[in-house]
Amino acid sequence: MKLLVPVKRVLDYNVKPRVRADGTGVDLAGSKMSMNPFDEIAVEEAVRLRERGVATEIVVVSIGVQQCQETLRTALAMGADRAILVLTEAAPEPLAVAKLLRALVLREGPRLVVLGKQAIDDDMNATGQMLAGLLGWAQATFASRVEVAAEADGGTATVTREVDGGLETIAVALPAIVTVDLRLNEPRYASLPNIMKARKKPMETLSLGDLGVDVTPRLTTLRVSEPPVRKGGVTVGSVAELVSKLRSEARVI
Amino acid sequence: MSERVREVMEYDVVVVGGGPAGLSASIRLKQVSPGASVCLVEKGSEIGAHILSGAVIEPRALDELIPDWRERGAPLDTAATDDRMIYLTAKRAVRVPLLDTVMPHMGNHGNFIVSLGDVCRWLAGQAEALGVEIYPGFGAAELLEEDGRIVGVATGDMGVTRSGEPGPGYAPGMELRAAYTLFAEGCRGSLSKRVMARFGLRAGVDPQTYGLGVKELWEVPAAQHRPGLVQHTFGWPLDHRTYGGSWMYHFGENLVSYGFVVGLDYPNTWLSPFDEMQRLKLHPAIRPHLEGGRRISYGARALSEGGLQSIPRLTFPGGALIGDAAGFLNVPKIKGTHAAMKSGMLAAEAVAEALADGRPAEPASFTARVRASWLWQELRGVRNIRPAFAKYGTIVGAAYSGLDAMLLRGRAPWTLRHRHPDHAVLDSAAASTPIDYPKPDGRLTFDKSSSVFLSNTNHAEDQPVHLVLRDPARWRAVNWDRFRSPESRYCPAGVYEVVGADGVGEAVGADAVSGPRLQINAQNCVHCKTCDIKDPTENIDWAAPEGGGGPNYIGGM
Repeated sequence: MKLLVPVKRVLDYNVKPRVRADGTGVDLAGSKMSMNPFDEIAVEEAVRLRERGVATEIVVVSIGVQQCQETLRTALAMGADRAILVLTEAAPEPLAVAKLLRALVLREGPRLVVLGKQAIDDDMNATGQMLAGLLGWAQATFASRVEVAAEADGGTATVTREVDGGLETIAVALPAIVTVDLRLNEPRYASLPNIMKARKKPMETLSLGDLGVDVTPRLTTLRVSEPPVRKGGVTVGSVAELVSKLRSEARVI
Repeated sequence: MSERVREVMEYDVVVVGGGPAGLSASIRLKQVSPGASVCLVEKGSEIGAHILSGAVIEPRALDELIPDWRERGAPLDTAATDDRMIYLTAKRAVRVPLLDTVMPHMGNHGNFIVSLGDVCRWLAGQAEALGVEIYPGFGAAELLEEDGRIVGVATGDMGVTRSGEPGPGYAPGMELRAAYTLFAEGCRGSLSKRVMARFGLRAGVDPQTYGLGVKELWEVPAAQHRPGLVQHTFGWPLDHRTYGGSWMYHFGENLVSYGFVVGLDYPNTWLSPFDEMQRLKLHPAIRPHLEGGRRISYGARALSEGGLQSIPRLTFPGGALIGDAAGFLNVPKIKGTHAAMKSGMLAAEAVAEALADGRPAEPASFTARVRASWLWQELRGVRNIRPAFAKYGTIVGAAYSGLDAMLLRGRAPWTLRHRHPDHAVLDSAAASTPIDYPKPDGRLTFDKSSSVFLSNTNHAEDQPVHLVLRDPARWRAVNWDRFRSPESRYCPAGVYEVVGADGVGEAVGADAVSGPRLQINAQNCVHCKTCDIKDPTENIDWAAPEGGGGPNYIGGM
């Protein structure tokens, strides 16, 4: 069974985002970029599914600039078999990404697409769901546990989902989309020997035209601003003072 | 996991460190010996992540390495156009006159204000295009030696837990073997230090003396941005026994690089380089440049200030030291990038020759190449200036510098020595004058924790502490009782914290019983190496943490 794992190149989670002075977006110039952490979890889960004998091939795909190759190399070093880069200078919105992924699904024929529940840059949490809708496939989102029973021409994924107030376990028929949550697994390191080996794994580059998808934006960004600066706290001397401040200054009791 | 199986890769040359020296060496190697296999490892999460410099760079070495760097889009965009050297008193600023006439070597005409991190990212692209394999995120942690020859390095294990046991994600390090290994770790490299000790490379040379540079990157309103302005100050707030001063460069898109270097041969144990840097911003020579702007990055790094007298033997069986790992920095010029690059290029030429000539143990021609180069002439000409400041103090030292440069043109028949290593010159707390630093205002001046936040520093949580006291008992007797914990002041990242200090007598709980103790917040470490240098008994050992850890300096830094 073939798996498709889309990965996104985002501002590294260690780097504090900084809004450009003109308010048009986040300044990414020269900043460290890396794989969206949720997508790392998706790659890890795919590799584990192959290690368990469920999957036979893992194809990773990224959509974006040339440097997305680095992100794909990381996924290959973690254990994916081959990579596809859809090259574009645009930053496609979730619907356009879902359409591109649909085209790739039709081309590659995976029975399961595993991807992060959202990207840490725009927090859209939409691509997986839209892809399921476009393909008419079942979807299991926010997975914290995934078990797949594949059969020759079908099969089932049993997925435990993190929902408000607890866990929900559902079974979806394959082919299906699974979006993964934080607690599903702890991704392995891309070790140096595996990074070296990944340099020799195949990587294909496609253009938007190859997939015939229009990525013209449908959203307009009006303004990006940083959250208001948090005011410093004060140390109170006694419970009585705390109560008095809560009452007179914070006015919450 | 009792047995540890490490994979092995063989290269012709392994380079440790992805700064200007290591990258220039890799590029030169592939230029003169295209068939050679070259591997470069870098402990930062990407090339540039750990690069911290002012920086005004002289393009001389770059002109030689990549003559068409302009066409290739090297990020040298702001020419230095307005150059000022200012002597400060607490309230006033006096511009040093006729600087270009007296000390032409200090002039910045033809130089560029850059982000050295961005320059290194660009150099890495050039190197990769030539076929250099670059692996950031992997720190060299171990020397590999066979039959008295260094045969490469091993990267550190990943996924080791705090207790030193392999964790669930454990991945053993890898052996990178090479005919020649070039150590380009920068100032006070952890493996360079071991190589120097192993082969006695420092025999017969002066002790290295260091400085600590603490830097902030500001974005200022366009109206007060003056691209091309290069300003250096000396004098206040340091006393005459302490070497150092500030830099401020306007460059790029409304960016101002501001920073402060303190010579680590400072005697006053109460001195805090971080707080000197902060309080200087309140001076009228600095304040108007930054006020109204916002600080966008912060970092710190030690640098070598010993110059010619302190450069060790450069080659050893199996490799060479290059860049600031060896100490190639021109202190009076306040520049090291061109020197680091040139030393890397010369080492590469020597290594290429050795590769083609039966691979003798040492790439020995490196030393002769350095001595025949403009780099040696340049360092020789300024060799007496830094020690003059140490010997005579700021005012006389500055006067000496002027005379040395103007009358003797650097050809003085004498050479002033560096007598003592920096760790040996700290005065006790009782003999030092306490310094009353102003409280941070949160707009122009800041505390350490909000500063370290801007360095994007991160270390994987559950890993062994990479800063270790060789003898933990000595801290109380020496560092606390005699010096009142200088590490808690010189560390620019708040790694060293004294817990229970008020407590001698009045603290609560366990601290009341045990008294003050040292808490090491290793996850804050920005890899500046100052503790490894300045601890009074050299009791702190800086080892490379898990690869990818440390600061993540942003573009422009």
